[in-house]
Amino acid sequence: MALPQAKQDATEARLSAVNTPDGAVWIAQAREAALARVRAMGLPTARDEYWKFTRPDTLVQAGAPEAALFEEDEAPIFDSVDRLKVVFVDGVFDADASDDLSQEGLTIERLADVAQADIHWAKDLYGALEENGQTPVQRPLAALNTALAEDGVVIHVTGKVSKPLNLIYHHKSTSSDAILHHVIKLDAGAELTVLENGPAAARFNKVMEVDVADGAAFHHVRTQGRDHERRAATHVFARVAEESVFKTFTLTANGVLTRNECVVEILGDNAVAHIAGACVGDGDFHQDDTVFVTHNAVNCESRQVFKKVLRNGARGVFQGKILVKPDAQKTDGYQISQSLLLDDDSEFDAKPELEIYADDVACSHGSTSGAIDEDALYYLRSRGVPKTIATDMLTLSFLAEAVQEIEDEALRYEINTRLEGWLERRRG
Amino acid sequence: MLEIKNLHVDLEEEEKTILKGVDLTVDAGKVHAIMGPNGSGKSTLSYVLSGRDGYEVIQGSATLEGEDILDMEPEKRAAAGLFLAFQYPVEIPGVGNMTFMRTALNAQRKARGEEEMSASDFLKLVREKAATLKMSNDMLKRPVNVGFSGGEKKRNEILQMAVLEPKMCILDETDSGLDVDAMKLVSEGVNALRDAGRSFLVITHYQRLLDHIKPDVVHIMADGKIIKSGGPELAIDVEKNGYSDLLEEVA
Repeated sequence: MALPQAKQDATEARLSAVNTPDGAVWIAQAREAALARVRAMGLPTARDEYWKFTRPDTLVQAGAPEAALFEEDEAPIFDSVDRLKVVFVDGVFDADASDDLSQEGLTIERLADVAQADIHWAKDLYGALEENGQTPVQRPLAALNTALAEDGVVIHVTGKVSKPLNLIYHHKSTSSDAILHHVIKLDAGAELTVLENGPAAARFNKVMEVDVADGAAFHHVRTQGRDHERRAATHVFARVAEESVFKTFTLTANGVLTRNECVVEILGDNAVAHIAGACVGDGDFHQDDTVFVTHNAVNCESRQVFKKVLRNGARGVFQGKILVKPDAQKTDGYQISQSLLLDDDSEFDAKPELEIYADDVACSHGSTSGAIDEDALYYLRSRGVPKTIATDMLTLSFLAEAVQEIEDEALRYEINTRLEGWLERRRG
Repeated sequence: MLEIKNLHVDLEEEEKTILKGVDLTVDAGKVHAIMGPNGSGKSTLSYVLSGRDGYEVIQGSATLEGEDILDMEPEKRAAAGLFLAFQYPVEIPGVGNMTFMRTALNAQRKARGEEEMSASDFLKLVREKAATLKMSNDMLKRPVNVGFSGGEKKRNEILQMAVLEPKMCILDETDSGLDVDAMKLVSEGVNALRDAGRSFLVITHYQRLLDHIKPDVVHIMADGKIIKSGGPELAIDVEKNGYSDLLEEVA
């Protein structure tokens, strides 16, 4: 079917501003195929159903809208965690700031290097999970990423890696338009924790493809940077095999526009996939979590837990789907999205969906929007806790279910400290 | 200690008068009990004294050690020494019981111009008080009242009371939902706190709690007023004969 002319024009306008990068045959083919996908789908417009609650225009337009730099007033997150650092500044790899990447059980390469190799295992994954994630819902910004990304990390995990890998994204230019594409492959029984933090750029388009083999475990915790004017469209595509674990958590604080998509396909029996997020928004803030989990195997568990605290006109969006295929018996699916609206100006839009074709499953979903619980507030105050502190305690309490999804206690602590800082800065 | 004079209170939402002239004086070191039929205004009195939203004081006053409390924020009343043990303690997921109690204690101390208690002193204090109430470490670590049984919630109220050391304790139907053993445990906790500088107002439906927490004075409340006051024998009388005789007597 032909695309509407306006959409076609907008897509061509965007593509004319860029060149696909050079590389070996295999990646050149992957990029060409992705470009063809972008042309066939067209880049998103406000009229697309999947973009009903979030305006894509600033994510699609040719240049990145200016984003003022933000002076960090907190100690860098994850500083207390012993980790391996990989640093990007406005989407450009910073070798001096990054650690020596050789570590046991793990091979880390740059996509920029991998792209020059005539033969590489990444051939089977690069753009493959993204392409697979284009049905039944199109994600053109992810295809655009596959076509244009010049760098990122390509990771092969062969064993249990105890030290987390931390991808750090600095934002130093007001007009930077960064595109990064990461590919992570976990062999059977391998384990890795990936941490991500930082605003990355004025505009950031990031794709992470994660292949979790049998019995492997992948944990992901990220914070998206407090720069008020930054924009981000991110995608995580995960393929989850038998008895494996995939868990991701995102904290979004500030940022004028954030769209985080997470697409998980469970292919092996007895696997677990948890996707969670907490966001705190104040003022000119729009944060969108769009999640799609497909159950293709027996006796698997998936959870989607999203909590948003919104004030001063901030807007939160959740679009979440659990699709249970006919053979995915004994599926245990859970989905909750909740917002705490601290005033009448803020807004939360939710579109929770369940689509179930198997008959022996337990799936539940819920979505709520509310204010601070007056009974709880009274209870705390009657014990002598001042109203402002009591409100903060209840706000943290509201977010706790999402933060609790992070397994590692030290990482949970890091996230809670950030949340406490956010609340403290807003105390009158 | 606590002096309530001619207190009239309306519900804010609907035009309904709940308290219709309550007079009550509790002296320091004394235990007063309030009994009365459902809907007589007992719980409302406890809410109004502790500062819950939704009530409007039409007339009268309530002072704690001579200080008017009705215009104070709930947290100020707590710092002034007032404590309400809730009939239905609220569950607060995600807030640790210890964090909650320490925040409350230090906020009160700060409001009174006292020094905050260190984490280690606080831990020692709570452990000691919790042991007498047979509360496990696990209950201290868990989020406030989450997953607690009815009895555990009430014990947690008494623990907070023991830690915060208020001057004026109001117990709102603390016996409701308690089995005999739990009631004994809770009562022992309360009795351990009785001293010359601390007063209690015990609200209850049943005389049995007063077997464990012996009151100095018993008041009968009906239709928003205290209709009769007397010694502990008044509670026994009510247990035997119900409220109807008393109500007729007054009418």
